[in-house]
Amino acid sequence: MSSGSEKSGGPGTLVEQTTAKVNASLPKRYRAERRFRIYGLLSVMLGLFFLAFLLFDIVSKGYTAFQQTYVELDIYFDPEVITPDGSLDPETLRRANYNALIRESLMYLFPGASGRSDRRALGALVSNSAPFKLQQMVMDKPGLIGQTARVTLLASDDSDMLMKGKISRSVPESERRLSDMQIAWLDTLEDRGRVEKKFNTTFFSHGDSRDPELAGIWGAMKGSFYMLVVTLALSFPIGIGAAVYLEEFAPKNRFTDLIEININNLAAVPSIVFGLLGLAVFLQFFGLPRSAPLVGGLVLTLMTLPTIIISSRAALKSVPPSIREAALGMGASKIQTTFHHVVPLAMPGMLTGTIIGMAQALGETAPLLMIGMVAFVVDVPQGFFDPATALPVQIFLWADAPERAFVERTSAAIMVLLGFLVLMNLFAIYLRRKFERRW
Amino acid sequence: MLLLILGLLSAAGFMLGRRRALSVANAHGGVRSLHSLPGHYGLYTAIWVGLPALLLLLLWKSLEPTILTEMVVRDLPPEVLELPPERVGLIMNDVKNLVAGNIVSGEISPEIRFAADHWEALERGFRWIRTAIIAALAALGFAWAWRLISPGLRARNRVEGVLRWLLIGCSTIAIFTTVGIVLSVLFESIRFFRAVPITEFLFGLEWSPQIALRADQVGGSGAFGAVPLFTGTLLIAGIAMVVAAPIGLMTAIYLAEYAPRRVRTVAKPLLEILAGIPTVVYGFFAALTVAPMIRNFGESIGLAVASESALAAGLVMGVMIIPFVSSLSDDVINAVPQAMRDGAYALGATKSETTRQVIIPAALPGIVGGLLLATSRAIGETMIVVMAAGLAANLTANPLEAVTTVTVQIVTLLVGDQEFDTPKTLAAFALGLVLFVVTLILNVIALQVVKRYREQYE
Amino acid sequence: METSTMTREEPPSTDRQPTGKTTREAASVAMSEARSGEIPETTVGDISHPDPVMTCRGVNVFYGDKQAIFDVDLDIGRNQVISMIGPSGCGKSTFLRCLNRMNDTIDICRVKGNIALDGTDIYDPDLDVVPLRARVGMVFQKPNPFPKTIYENIAYGPRIHGLARDKVELDEIVHTSLEKAGLLKEVKDRMDQPGTGLSGGQQQRLCIARAIAVSPEVILMDEPCSALDPIATARIEDLIDELKENYTICIVTHSMQQAARVSQRTAYFHLGYLVEVDETDKIFTNPTHKLTEDYITGRFG
Repeated sequence: MSSGSEKSGGPGTLVEQTTAKVNASLPKRYRAERRFRIYGLLSVMLGLFFLAFLLFDIVSKGYTAFQQTYVELDIYFDPEVITPDGSLDPETLRRANYNALIRESLMYLFPGASGRSDRRALGALVSNSAPFKLQQMVMDKPGLIGQTARVTLLASDDSDMLMKGKISRSVPESERRLSDMQIAWLDTLEDRGRVEKKFNTTFFSHGDSRDPELAGIWGAMKGSFYMLVVTLALSFPIGIGAAVYLEEFAPKNRFTDLIEININNLAAVPSIVFGLLGLAVFLQFFGLPRSAPLVGGLVLTLMTLPTIIISSRAALKSVPPSIREAALGMGASKIQTTFHHVVPLAMPGMLTGTIIGMAQALGETAPLLMIGMVAFVVDVPQGFFDPATALPVQIFLWADAPERAFVERTSAAIMVLLGFLVLMNLFAIYLRRKFERRW
Repeated sequence: MLLLILGLLSAAGFMLGRRRALSVANAHGGVRSLHSLPGHYGLYTAIWVGLPALLLLLLWKSLEPTILTEMVVRDLPPEVLELPPERVGLIMNDVKNLVAGNIVSGEISPEIRFAADHWEALERGFRWIRTAIIAALAALGFAWAWRLISPGLRARNRVEGVLRWLLIGCSTIAIFTTVGIVLSVLFESIRFFRAVPITEFLFGLEWSPQIALRADQVGGSGAFGAVPLFTGTLLIAGIAMVVAAPIGLMTAIYLAEYAPRRVRTVAKPLLEILAGIPTVVYGFFAALTVAPMIRNFGESIGLAVASESALAAGLVMGVMIIPFVSSLSDDVINAVPQAMRDGAYALGATKSETTRQVIIPAALPGIVGGLLLATSRAIGETMIVVMAAGLAANLTANPLEAVTTVTVQIVTLLVGDQEFDTPKTLAAFALGLVLFVVTLILNVIALQVVKRYREQYE
Repeated sequence: METSTMTREEPPSTDRQPTGKTTREAASVAMSEARSGEIPETTVGDISHPDPVMTCRGVNVFYGDKQAIFDVDLDIGRNQVISMIGPSGCGKSTFLRCLNRMNDTIDICRVKGNIALDGTDIYDPDLDVVPLRARVGMVFQKPNPFPKTIYENIAYGPRIHGLARDKVELDEIVHTSLEKAGLLKEVKDRMDQPGTGLSGGQQQRLCIARAIAVSPEVILMDEPCSALDPIATARIEDLIDELKENYTICIVTHSMQQAARVSQRTAYFHLGYLVEVDETDKIFTNPTHKLTEDYITGRFG
């Protein structure tokens, strides 16, 4: 670089040369800038697209599950079938072959059907539980015997799938679950106005079942509920207690450092390891009952504790020291200061963290598989010690089932689960907004 | 039931203690003469009534099953005791089931019935002893506290001391959890390594965990070489990171540096939703939608794709991890001080030049830490792979084939009514040990790196 | 205090006209304002310069609804040091940042008015800000070297602007910049060590070298010595004196002694207004406006 005449400013100088070089570099740099920006935007859009695709997929598979197909039949409550000996005692009524009544009714509608296999095919149009409905009707009102009544019966899962358009008619008969004849019968019934779709209350009121049309999530929901109760009851006080101790009372020594490191590590341990812990300690060592919501709740407590502790500590940290000093200056003890002043002020943040922790616990599946909640549990649990399943586990079990009707039910169960999660998160956000203070 | 009674007793203790404190105070000239509030004295009494009794009760209940088992086993007829331990365990299971009223496997031999009756009798006797001791302790505690109530008694300090210990106890649960995990996993793994040598486990190339079907066939005929599991895990986690790392990082950069405020406030929560979706939902999506899509696409261009390809599982896992990488990177990028950006802008750098050449290198340790944490998450993920990846222990690097992972095998080995001690189920614990150790190492390194990086800028 | 006529040379066309008053009336108004200690309607002293590298006319700056700079006219003379002084919050840094459009990085900041570099309006919407910042460089209050090696810190600017064809040229630019910044001797053996490992004064000189490396016309310095000790400060002041041979320097400073030592012209800002601009000697020995006098005698600020 020379001096003298080549000072800054003026034409033909170093500055002009530099400016020329800079301007020459610009187009390429701006192209790179634009590319970079587009990559960023693309990434965001890709992420959002995945989300949309996932949700659309689930909803499109599941929304049909909220309706259930029913078939209306005229049933003649033939006394010869129900009470051949004429007695009306409950045992006889209970044991009668109501299935025959249904088949009779169907045969009456379709006189062309003959032979055993045809009869069976007809019977398969209606759910396996339909006879029980007739049984209930007769036992409630024995006066029905000898009468003909129009009864609404639950359709079988295959009929249901056909009515929802999920069984493709163009596929050759051997690859379908419904034969051509069965499809023809169903079409006829529909034409005669004997097929209707109603809101699927079975889904919400029944427990699990081998028959898809009878399967519901009520058992799973109760199981999840009991588990969350246990988890909340245990992890909230313990988590708050630990956070309060670590934040307010603990001296800064190696022991507390160790606890902190532990908590941070536990937050990142894979959930299945907690399941192993639950299996080895709670089931084997303590001998608690398998598949019980209590055990599930205990395992989930251990998993949620680090989350609650970390978020509660952040909430406690955000309370300014001036509050503590004011309380101490009035002669309150440390515990009184903490529990009368600091904790109430930090409570919204702690609650938010707890709700988020509960939402995470609701969606956990892997540890529950380890402690035995994979069993086929039909009964709806009544208490904390009855074997139960949880909603995510139910989804997992149904996802394996071959019947097509289970696909829509699994998707519907996912929608219910996501619905709960959204509610919980919205509630947490609402709490945060409402109680947010700006110090 | 006993707990309820104990609770009532403590409440009674509270009220009586409080009343006594007040009466003592009146004798000495009013409430102000007391050191603490009357309620504190009540609490003090309640604690003395309830706490020792409660501790004893918990201890008793946790040891009772083991002690009962021991006592009943000792009284079994000698020929039963001759049988190998697994058989005895099976018999004891039958006994316990009979007592609980559950169904029993096989027929009920007279020995089992006798042992069951014995158990029930012992249990009843224990219950009486337990109730008596608890009641005595509660009464003693009450008397002790009663005697001590006086104006000079610093009840508040004592009560707060107890409270402090309670808080400490809450904090140490974290340590106990870790210790519990380590011990339980380690314990069972050691038993496994007695049956299968550790070198075969860590380095063996064949995984087919069959064991003999009859319990008296000692030793399994299975192979427990876990290398295919490790490679499967790494393959799927690798695919996931290939998807999540660039998308997550570029998303974080865009939202932190380029996006207008409105876009950021909308996009960030939406991406967080991806993080909140339960993994079982992702698994369902992967198994029922993504895997068939990939298979059909592969077939249409002439590739042979397994129906449970590693690609499907890895892709969906990657999508799940995107918000993880994105939010960690976002924190880290925002922590870089504005002065650095100003320095670059003032030189005439464009935004992408500043970001690529100044900000990212400055934020690199934090970003690497975040990626390590994300990898650890991918390795430990269970549901997506259980539902979308297969069980075939395939040693391959081809993403179009089906592989299995460590977590899938843990689930498969332990799900169902297995007898607990066979090498098959113990193998699950050995796998769990490996998983725990690997994720622990990754997490420790990642947290250290991120911590040191934060300190640099704060 | 002399009472001189407060006239100023009228620069062509873009000046502010006093509202309908004669020159004589304007002078007497200004004089009474000067004596009364109120902010004058027009800047006192001489805002213009015969050879300006940058000219500012009617510059107003707003932060959201709050106005920070009120109607400033100023010429920046070529190959000179002009210092901007004034009490805290008077807008000197804000004004400085207008000159290289660094205020663009602040969302709520709006700049109105006309600022020209060598005759070209830099706020023209069609103007590219990237080469502008190569021609008008900046050194910040707190040294902010990149977390890279010393070499890379200097090489960064030339590299992104494509100023060097190969490594040899780049090496030369780096060396020359370090030499001009008076840092070469101290760091020539550790060019591959991180820039953040230097002392405060060295870091600031590194930042100056970094700014020089892209051959700017103007170097803006925002209180460059406020974070440094007296010895480092002295070295930088010497450096500024050398640099003015080849560059124009605008320096914002809190220290009047520094302004007196280092600059040829001084501009006094007060609450967002440019109160007085003149030769440094005159400002510090014989300020015209009362506000200026109060400030430099330490009555406030």
